[in-house]
Amino acid sequence: MSAELLIKNLWAQVEDKVILKGANLAVRSGEIHALMGPNGSGKTTLAHVLMGNPFYQVIKGEVLYNNEDLLAMAPDDRARKGLFIAFQYPVSIPGVTMASFLRTAVSARRGYEKDHLMSLAEFQKLARAKVEELQVDPAVLGRYVNEGFSGGEKKRAEILQMALLEPEIAIMDETDSGLDVDAVKIVAAGVNRMYEASGKKMGVLVITHYPRILKYIKPTRVHVMFDGRIVTSGDADLAEELDQIGYDGIRAQYERVAAEVVGEGEVRSAGKVFWVQH
Amino acid sequence: MAVVNPLGIDLDQYRYGFHDPVDGYAFRSERGLSRKVVEQISHLKSEPDWMRAYRLHSLGVFEKKPMPTWGGNVGEIDLDNIYYYMKPTEGQGRTWDDVPENIKRTFDRLGIPEAEKKYLAGVGAQYESEVVYHSLREEWTKQGVVFLDMDSGLREHPDIVKEYFGTVVPPEDNKFAALNSAVWSGGSFVYVPAGVHVTIPLQAYFRINAQNMGQFERTLIVAEPGAYVHYVEGCTAPTYTSDSLHSAVVEIIVKEGARVRYTTIQNWSKNVYNLVTKRAVAYRDATMEWVDGNLGSKLTMKYPSVYMLEPGAKAEILSVAFAGAGQHQDPGGKVIHAAPHTQSSVVSKSISKSGGRAGYRGLVKVYPGARGSKCAVRCDALILDDQSRSDTYPTMEIDEDDVQVTHEATVSKVSDEQLFYLMSRGINQDEAMNMIVRGFIEPISRELPMEYSVELNRLIGLEMEGSVG
Ligand SMILES: Nc1ncnc2c1ncn2[C@@H]1O[C@H](COP(=O)(O)OP(=O)(O)O)[C@@H](O)[C@H]1O
Ligand SMILES: [Mg+2]
Repeated sequence: MSAELLIKNLWAQVEDKVILKGANLAVRSGEIHALMGPNGSGKTTLAHVLMGNPFYQVIKGEVLYNNEDLLAMAPDDRARKGLFIAFQYPVSIPGVTMASFLRTAVSARRGYEKDHLMSLAEFQKLARAKVEELQVDPAVLGRYVNEGFSGGEKKRAEILQMALLEPEIAIMDETDSGLDVDAVKIVAAGVNRMYEASGKKMGVLVITHYPRILKYIKPTRVHVMFDGRIVTSGDADLAEELDQIGYDGIRAQYERVAAEVVGEGEVRSAGKVFWVQH
Repeated sequence: MAVVNPLGIDLDQYRYGFHDPVDGYAFRSERGLSRKVVEQISHLKSEPDWMRAYRLHSLGVFEKKPMPTWGGNVGEIDLDNIYYYMKPTEGQGRTWDDVPENIKRTFDRLGIPEAEKKYLAGVGAQYESEVVYHSLREEWTKQGVVFLDMDSGLREHPDIVKEYFGTVVPPEDNKFAALNSAVWSGGSFVYVPAGVHVTIPLQAYFRINAQNMGQFERTLIVAEPGAYVHYVEGCTAPTYTSDSLHSAVVEIIVKEGARVRYTTIQNWSKNVYNLVTKRAVAYRDATMEWVDGNLGSKLTMKYPSVYMLEPGAKAEILSVAFAGAGQHQDPGGKVIHAAPHTQSSVVSKSISKSGGRAGYRGLVKVYPGARGSKCAVRCDALILDDQSRSDTYPTMEIDEDDVQVTHEATVSKVSDEQLFYLMSRGINQDEAMNMIVRGFIEPISRELPMEYSVELNRLIGLEMEGSVG
């Protein structure tokens, strides 16, 4: 089964503020993409819009998931169909244990009928295996969802959820920030293992600020988002170059070129030079 | 999030809405209340004179007292249209084999025999006004623990009953306490001798099974110094169209160093007026804990209270209430600090939905001289839609400076962020909502015996069905 996520000219806003301004991106089975870009460029917004957070309004554009209109689906539908996001800022649910939450979620993803969850024994076996693989403290299963978790614990719990839900297309939003090098390695190894276990079928979009995690999760494509658009794409080397010139470098180029161009259009790049295309 | 199905509760789906035909009743008093009815009840039970006199005195108090005008609307109760006494079968079942078939069927449907097999030690099951089945584990009997229905308690332990009955909740307390004192029938009598720890909860199941049938059970628990007991009552009721009244009185005496926990999960049908007076007195270093889950009923007014009479006494009140369409839950608690170094904690969680009203009404009273006492009150309300409401009425009467009293109250709605997070994992909106609500009451449900917390979550799930706001 091969999956495909096609984002076409996506515009979205939050409370009257337009944030996504024509994002285009395709993530297919087996591909590993990195999405980089300065703070506030709209990466998280893109992730939330893809998952259907009602807080964000789509203004125009289209997103197809396996040829279906993703934007017409409820978030739970999207998730059951195999889309997953490891959130940058996961919310906590007081009073609900990770174990009961995960058992319900895994049962939903696997198509169990309402009121018939995966058996407790089966779930526990599965959860224990994943907890061990990702070197997460098993005690996490007895804790309330994200309640009182440190930043790092939250990020790792998101990856634990990803491992249990076995997505077709997974988006990881800054999973690496807030993790130390060892933790980044563990998380990356976990993601690589999921990728292998899927028969290299899983599609991954790694949203990150720093190229660090990309040393361990090797991207096939790297994209840079700036002001709600993808302004340049390239191979894995682009991440390194970005690291050297920095986002300020891009910003300077972008602004200089943008100033030369009248009117609004799509920003394109050729090599390391950015320009605005009419 | 869009309102998908605002009509939440469908009475037809009510799980326990079945009932046996009422024909097999051995005796049914005439409708309405009079001196004659009260005398008849006392006569039929072959009670001692003092109890008959007590009932008649209480009737007089009842007649004089006005209906309460605060809390909920009790004016709609038609007190003349209620059977004040009904006795389903003759005799008292000691063992399961003695229990009549139709009653067993009812219990079966409530899952009681299984529960018994697993861990029940003693069952006091109230079917109509009469307790028909009672069993008590042998070792407790050997230890001197008494767990009987109140009528048998009065017959078999008249001295203890006479010593304590009505001492904690006198008929003069309020109109419904007076009513109960006049016409009480059934309920439990528990006596735990000094130093005895009853390790397995004593459980009683209550069930109303006739239209316009009043239930006036009376419970008395006496824990001698150093004793421990956990009493659990779970109530389920079938659904009927006309109004029904449940007005119980619970009196608890917790002596020096003893500890009593009283757990209730009530799920009355949506036409029941549930007006209960629950009160405990706690002596030196004694601990009283009320755990109270209020679902169902049309109106519930229930404020379990603890009078801390001697130094070191402790009180804990945990309550959860759920009000759906047409329901008014007015639960709460009262803690009275009448001695130095007493401690209390009140946690109240209320949920309202589909136009329901739920809240908290509480009293913290600290008498002069109750130095070094501490009290913490926390009430959280969760409102599931714009039609529903929550009211909090905390009253504080603090007449001592050297005390620590804290009060925290929150009112919240289910957050869209939380719903979205759960849904982003494939969990549908209804279940996501359910989970958040279960999480909200978790501080209370974790205090319940396991099957009761499962039951509470299941009942809340039923109430929540199709409700999303
Ligand atoms: N909940 C929100 N309310 C208001 N503004 C928001 C909200 N979320 C994001 N924004 C704004 O949208 C822009 C893009 O933010 P975001 O998508 O988080 O970017 P990134 O993930 O690339 O740092 C920023 O200007 C940010 O301030
Ligand atoms: Mg972000």
